[in-house]
Amino acid sequence: MALIELRGIGKSYGKRDVLRGVSLAVEEGEFVSIVGASASGKTTLMKIASGLVAPDEGEVLIAGAAVTGFPRNTAVVFQNYSLLPWLSAVENVRLAVESSFPEWSKAKHTEQAVKYLEMVGLGAATLKKPSQLSGGMRQRVAIARAFAVEPRILLLDEPFGALDALTRLTLQQELARLCQAQEPRATALMITNSVDEAILLSDRIVALGRGPGASLSEAVPVSLARPRAADLMMHDEEAIWVRGQVSEFLASSGDGGAAKRAAARAVANAVAVEA
Amino acid sequence: MKKAIESFALSLVGVVLLGLLWAAVSGTVAKDLPSPAKTWSESKLYIMAPWEKRGEMDQGILRMASYSLYRVAKGFLLAILIGTPLGFLLGSSPVLFKMFDPAIQVLRPISPLAWLPLGLILFRQSEPAALFTIALCSMWPTVINTMHGVQSIPQDYLNVAKVLRLSGWKKFTKVLAPATLPYMFTGFRLSLGLAWLVIVAAEMLTGTPGVGGFLWQEYNSLIYSHILLCILTIGMVGFTLDRLMGMAETRLKAA
Repeated sequence: MALIELRGIGKSYGKRDVLRGVSLAVEEGEFVSIVGASASGKTTLMKIASGLVAPDEGEVLIAGAAVTGFPRNTAVVFQNYSLLPWLSAVENVRLAVESSFPEWSKAKHTEQAVKYLEMVGLGAATLKKPSQLSGGMRQRVAIARAFAVEPRILLLDEPFGALDALTRLTLQQELARLCQAQEPRATALMITNSVDEAILLSDRIVALGRGPGASLSEAVPVSLARPRAADLMMHDEEAIWVRGQVSEFLASSGDGGAAKRAAARAVANAVAVEA
Repeated sequence: MKKAIESFALSLVGVVLLGLLWAAVSGTVAKDLPSPAKTWSESKLYIMAPWEKRGEMDQGILRMASYSLYRVAKGFLLAILIGTPLGFLLGSSPVLFKMFDPAIQVLRPISPLAWLPLGLILFRQSEPAALFTIALCSMWPTVINTMHGVQSIPQDYLNVAKVLRLSGWKKFTKVLAPATLPYMFTGFRLSLGLAWLVIVAAEMLTGTPGVGGFLWQEYNSLIYSHILLCILTIGMVGFTLDRLMGMAETRLKAA
């Protein structure tokens, strides 16, 4: 049984259809990315998956049960860091640890927070406020906060969208490393606008067509060995093929009909390559 | 630094010009208005021995001001103790907001002179009636600013509280209260200003010792220069209070 399952999700704001018939199943321990252009309804989909917004149609199942409100054992990394500016880095992480492990002692809460900040290379900045940190460092704190609660499910909402290209590359690798190091591996669902980022991190990639009424393409599997280097994207045949698949779907999905045609073509190509 | 000196010098020039205007008016069109020199010579005793107590209504000006300040402090404390929770409540519940916001907008502009008689009827004593009036009149900026602060907490912070599954109390202490604090403080500052404004009316009508009571007594005793002494004192104390609150506010916002 899939750990996270979206079933026929539909959402409209007023007369504008944002999502229509979006279905996706993520298996336990899997890393799945949803790639879409901006304004394609990605963030809405993530808010629905995390229970912050209720869908108009369909339902979200976690381990087979319908979710209402934010699911347990789940951590989120938001695009805009979402750190509390009046708390230091360690306090931000500790707040999450405290509420996930209320039975622990105070010292253990701090220890866990510091441990994860050290893992993302912020051991020296634990007492700094978010305003004293750069964008990349803030997102590191947010990533530490997510992993420090030892989540079963990890939701990543364009986690590197606000960062410059170089910082983005470093943090992608760090996220990949953290995911690999976690035992047992968390089930992750990431939303991104970068196909390369998705290839670098995911086991499967689905593309979200352009709205209004966006729906998902067939999933494209990525079986590249880990760890994956960033320059893989330039040379590796599979990486190039995956990028082609996803990009084609994104480019052709002007409206619902085109999206379906592209999805069909993607499947056809996939079969052709496998054969 | 140079700019600070310049603006200080200019403010002194302004004071001197207004003093000259006062002298000119008192010497020409308003013969009953005591001149600056007369005000000084008749008030010297109260200013030079500011803490002396010669009788119930005959005390140094700072001693009088301290009575008023003490009364304002009590009324102000009452106002923020009631106003802050009320603001939080109205800010976090759209239903309560819609229910009570119109009533608040109606109660807000009512003058202390209107509340005081009601206080006297309810409490039958001047002191609690004065506190009732101060609290009731000065509470609204705290209520409204706190309410506004809670309403304008960024959705991001509320999402953090949701995804971290914070308990009600943790959500309040770690998210709602810190996010609202700057707004609350603006409310406190405005409330304190209002409380000081109300004190004079309250003391005049209840005849209790303090700057306002003294002012009213000296009017009845036809010693007009003391009215001016009281007015200037009220202004300067109010200015100092506002500056102190302003300093606390900047420090808070910087932190």
